[in-house]
Amino acid sequence: MILAIDIALLVMLAVVGIAIIRLRNLFAVVMLSGIYSLLMASTFVLLDAVDVAFTEAAVGAGISTVLLLGVLTLTKSREKIPVTTPLLPLVTVVVTGALLIYGTWDLPAFGDPNAPAHRHVAPEYLAEATHETGAPNVVTAVLASYRGYDTLGEVTVIFTAGIGVLLLLSGSGVLRRREPEENDDKPGGAA
Amino acid sequence: MFTAAAIGILVTMSLALMRALLGPTTFDRILALNMVGTKTTLLIAVVGFLTDRPDFMDIALVYALINFIGVIAVLRYTKYGEFLTEGSAEE
Repeated sequence: MILAIDIALLVMLAVVGIAIIRLRNLFAVVMLSGIYSLLMASTFVLLDAVDVAFTEAAVGAGISTVLLLGVLTLTKSREKIPVTTPLLPLVTVVVTGALLIYGTWDLPAFGDPNAPAHRHVAPEYLAEATHETGAPNVVTAVLASYRGYDTLGEVTVIFTAGIGVLLLLSGSGVLRRREPEENDDKPGGAA
Repeated sequence: MFTAAAIGILVTMSLALMRALLGPTTFDRILALNMVGTKTTLLIAVVGFLTDRPDFMDIALVYALINFIGVIAVLRYTKYGEFLTEGSAEE
């Protein structure tokens, strides 16, 4: 049954992906990318990656939809029809995809307890995490303690990116809103 | 019974997906997004009971919250944001 749900979700993902490429109405594309994120999040939950699914739902369906809508207010709502056929990108994507699929042949089976990833440091973490860090959840212990500096770096990158995006969006918004007005309220105006 | 519920949810999800693809108005698409979000919540809950892991219910609840806030944000942008509508007949 879970397999059937997986297949149904993956088929819907493919349909949405093709539709995002084909549609020229950018508002519809933004909505579809939100739907794509929700479907992807369901797939992650089915794969037992609950934390990834949370991130996907919050960032993909929540924040990035809002950001894309903010961008949409600064551009036109229809995409231009491309003049040339994108043959070279298509070939590149197909070759890269084939290489990636070829790469998956060497991966251990999903959930295999003897996979290298589960035998390197994972048993030590599972055994020691609770009394070494005091966190009852092993994932939390790894994220916040064992690789705390890495997480700090990630947070810094995301914070910087967020500030950049906010500056870009709000800056051009102010310019656009100022445009039709006269300059008479400029001195002393609340910024 | 949970299997039947899961099938029903997947069918509804694909119908909402068709509405998002076909449109034709902006609000059809927003409603389709909302519908897919709701169905995601339900699907996660049903899968939780289907696989004997009722703790998925909490995850489903958080999804419902995210979905609600997301749709509110989209609607606010649609109402107050300035969409340049050159060449689109549907706004």
